[in-house]
Amino acid sequence: MSPRSRSRTRTGRAQPPVLFAALFAALGDTTRLVLVGRLSSGQPASIAQLTAGSRLTRQAISKHLRVLERAGLVRSVRAGRESRIALDPHAIEEMQKYLGAVSRQWDDALARLKAFVED
Amino acid sequence: MENRIEKQIELKAPVARVWRALIDYREFGEWFRVALEGPFVVGQVSRGRILHPGYEHIVWEALIEKMEPERLFSFTWPQIQHHDKERYSPDYSQAPRTLVEFRLEPAATGTILTLTESGFENVPSAWRADALRGNDGGWTQQMKNIENYVA
Repeated sequence: MSPRSRSRTRTGRAQPPVLFAALFAALGDTTRLVLVGRLSSGQPASIAQLTAGSRLTRQAISKHLRVLERAGLVRSVRAGRESRIALDPHAIEEMQKYLGAVSRQWDDALARLKAFVED
Repeated sequence: MENRIEKQIELKAPVARVWRALIDYREFGEWFRVALEGPFVVGQVSRGRILHPGYEHIVWEALIEKMEPERLFSFTWPQIQHHDKERYSPDYSQAPRTLVEFRLEPAATGTILTLTESGFENVPSAWRADALRGNDGGWTQQMKNIENYVA
C-alpha cells in the first residue's frame, strides 16, 4: 500500500490513489465547493471563465483548482491552446460505493442483532 | 458529503439484554457471524474467524476501546483491502482503521441502539467496493428485516 503516492502530471495519467482525507479537505472550503458546483454540469471551463463572477483573483482560483486536482476531483484537459478544467467524478463515486457497501453490511449485521435479542 | 456511517434502530429488548449481546464475545459472534477466540478486554486486541460462507479465510480483528456498561461499546478495526482469497493478507499493521461505536439508550419499548463507524477519510479510495466485509447479499437479509418488523 502506498497511500501517499500521487501523480501531478496533466496528461495521460493513471488514476492516482486518492485518500478520502484529501477529498474531504478539498471539499471543506466554500470556494472549492462553488468551483465543483460550476463544473458539475460536465462542461469543462477555462480558468478565466471560472474566475469571472468571482471576487477572487485568477491566482487564487488556480490555487484552489490545484487542491481539487490533487484530490482527484478535477483534471486539466487541453482544448486547443488553452487548458480547461473538468470535473472528475471518479473519486467521489469510489467513496460513495465504498461507504454504500459498508453501510449495507451494517444493515445486515444490525438486522441479525435485532433478531438475536428479540427472540 | 458524509465521511461516517450512522444507523439507529429500536430493539424490543431491555438494555441489559442488548448490552450482553454486544460485549459477550460468544453472543457477539452469534449475530456478527464471527468465531472469536476470547472475551473482549478494553485496550486489547480481539481476534476471530469470519463465519460467512466464502469469507472464512478472513481474520476478524478489533482493538477494544471502551466498555461503559449499558451505554457504550467501541472498538477500532482495520479496513480490509482484499476479500478474495488469492489477494487477501492478514497483516493489518498498515491498514487504515475506523472507529465503531455502539451506543445504547433505554426506550419505552426496549432499547435504542445507535451505531456509528467513522474514520473513512483514512481509507484510500481505490479500495472501493472490494472492501466487502462478509456480506451475504442484500435481498435475503432485507426479507428477514421485513419479517422482524411485522412479527
